[in-house]
Amino acid sequence: MSTANFDLTYNYKVVRQFTIMTVVWGILGMAMGVLIASQLYWPSMNLDLPWTHFGRLRPLHTNLVIFGFGGSALFATSYYVVQRTCQARLLSDGLAAFTFWGWNLVLVLACITLPMGFTSTKEYAELEWPIDILITVVWVAYAMVFFGTIMKRKAKHIYVANWFYGAFIITVAVLHIGNNLELPVSAFKSYSIYAGVTDAMMQWWWGHNAVGFFLTAGFLGMMYYFVPKQADRPVYSYRLSIVHFWALLATYVWAGGHHLHYSALPDWAQTAGMVMSLILLAPSWGGMINGMMTLSGAWHKLRTDPILRFLVVSLSFYGMSTFEGPMMAIKTVNALSHNTDWTIGHVHSGALGWVAMISIGATYHLVPKLWGVSKMYSVNLINIHFWLATIGTVLYIVAMWVNGIMQGLMWRAVNADGTLTYSFVEALEASKPGYLVRFIGGAIFLSGMLVMAYNAWMTVRQKDAVALDNSAPQAA
Amino acid sequence: MDLNDVRGIHTLLVMVAFLGIVWWAYSAKRRKPNDEAANLPFEDDDIDQRTRRKENTENDQ
Ligand code: HEM
Ligand code: HEM
Repeated sequence: MSTANFDLTYNYKVVRQFTIMTVVWGILGMAMGVLIASQLYWPSMNLDLPWTHFGRLRPLHTNLVIFGFGGSALFATSYYVVQRTCQARLLSDGLAAFTFWGWNLVLVLACITLPMGFTSTKEYAELEWPIDILITVVWVAYAMVFFGTIMKRKAKHIYVANWFYGAFIITVAVLHIGNNLELPVSAFKSYSIYAGVTDAMMQWWWGHNAVGFFLTAGFLGMMYYFVPKQADRPVYSYRLSIVHFWALLATYVWAGGHHLHYSALPDWAQTAGMVMSLILLAPSWGGMINGMMTLSGAWHKLRTDPILRFLVVSLSFYGMSTFEGPMMAIKTVNALSHNTDWTIGHVHSGALGWVAMISIGATYHLVPKLWGVSKMYSVNLINIHFWLATIGTVLYIVAMWVNGIMQGLMWRAVNADGTLTYSFVEALEASKPGYLVRFIGGAIFLSGMLVMAYNAWMTVRQKDAVALDNSAPQAA
Repeated sequence: MDLNDVRGIHTLLVMVAFLGIVWWAYSAKRRKPNDEAANLPFEDDDIDQRTRRKENTENDQ
């Protein structure tokens, strides 16, 4: 189809820039995670300074991993996938470069303002109003580049990955603006325009869809391109992917109520959130099965290709956390799990197992292609990274499951006379071993990221590497 | 008609829309377009290679 256009080329520069920043923010954000994990075990790691206090660094961790690491991976892959499947160059190189510098400026500002204590206190939306405005401007530019490229497309159809990326971009725009409506009182302080339980509902409408669209829909777009590409066969069922898309989108936005069980939120809204969460299992697993079955007839590739292994294991963790999520959304289960480490375990089985692993797989797929070499510097190091990531994730989430269920049971235990069996501090004491295991698991995961950075660095600078074009005519 | 009728109708409409999407996606006349779309990731190698060739010559200069 592209034969009609003899001098069309893609903009790989911005994809390369975002790919580098995926690794950089990934390392910084996870190092921050390891640091705060150590603070929960060795409180003196707070360093007794306000800027390094757990309360200030925790939001810095979440912002850097979600928006820095995850966000850069989404920018990089969406710009790559939209060009390649539309057979069109990005709408505007200048606007794309603006999104790169603008987005990274947001993250640098996060690194400065959060440790200084500037926060709107809304989880995953902590950044204060001037930065919120910058995010909005960058996001509008992102939407223009992305949808403008789709409108320019040479291909007749819009590939399903672009539907997921597009939904992620639109929904995050709506949610970001809706949740961050606030009244500034000074240069770095604002108050939400919503009050009381309405504010809580808005917050979790955003919070849950930060999970559903930022950490899920965008990464499903990644899955629909990189799994078929790496396995070298089209997706298992394109029809299923269409049903998957509409069912997932229609359900996710209603589920936020499950974050507010047994709160002042009206009962019917809690129940609606619970029911929608249970329904959500179906589209989630539909998507997982579609990705997995793409490998049917090619399972043997898993033995030799660690990149494919990253992608497939990420799908297994996706299936696991989207099974766990609906269970935790059941009110009686949530009565046990809420506010315990179980939630933290669930978060990181999604964050490390799904989001990080699929981004890592996509990065390994991209780096050689973007720098024009035939493959990564060392496949062996990818393999080592795979095992570091898997072991790190498993240690992390198992420790948190054990801690979470134990905390839930200890908090609710009552004596015959109705008094509490355990004080809060006793539950905290019992959690200490789990915190050590989580710290170790996190450090192992982080070391895998350093292995990746080294491998990527060596890939980019190997001068005598055979360029892709000269070596394999059928490559890419 | 009170609010609960509206809720009932809404549920029915959503169900019809969902079944409609399934019916549309799986209908025989969508088979060919679906197959074409599913192969899009594999059809642009020429542009990819041209991009890299161009970048290489730019770097040599
Ligand atoms: C080396 C890897 C990581 C380590 C050691 C780590 C550690 C931590 C720690 C200690 C907390 C605070 C838990 C608490 O307050 O009890 C936390 C929270 C969180 N982390 Fe990580 N993390 C890592 C990677 C990631 C990644 C890659 C993501 C996302 C893509 C992520 C997303 C989150 C989120 C969303 C929370 C807040 C959870 C909540 O409020 O329920 N983390 N992390
Ligand atoms: C069908 C899908 C899912 C459902 C129904 C679901 C449900 C839940 C529930 C019930 C909670 C606990 C709320 C509470 O007690 O406070 C929760 C927390 C959370 N989940 Fe999920 N989950 C799903 C998938 C995922 C995935 C795939 C990820 C990550 C990529 C994820 C990330 C999170 C985060 C970050 C939190 C913590 C929010 C906070 O309190 O800060 N979830 N989820």
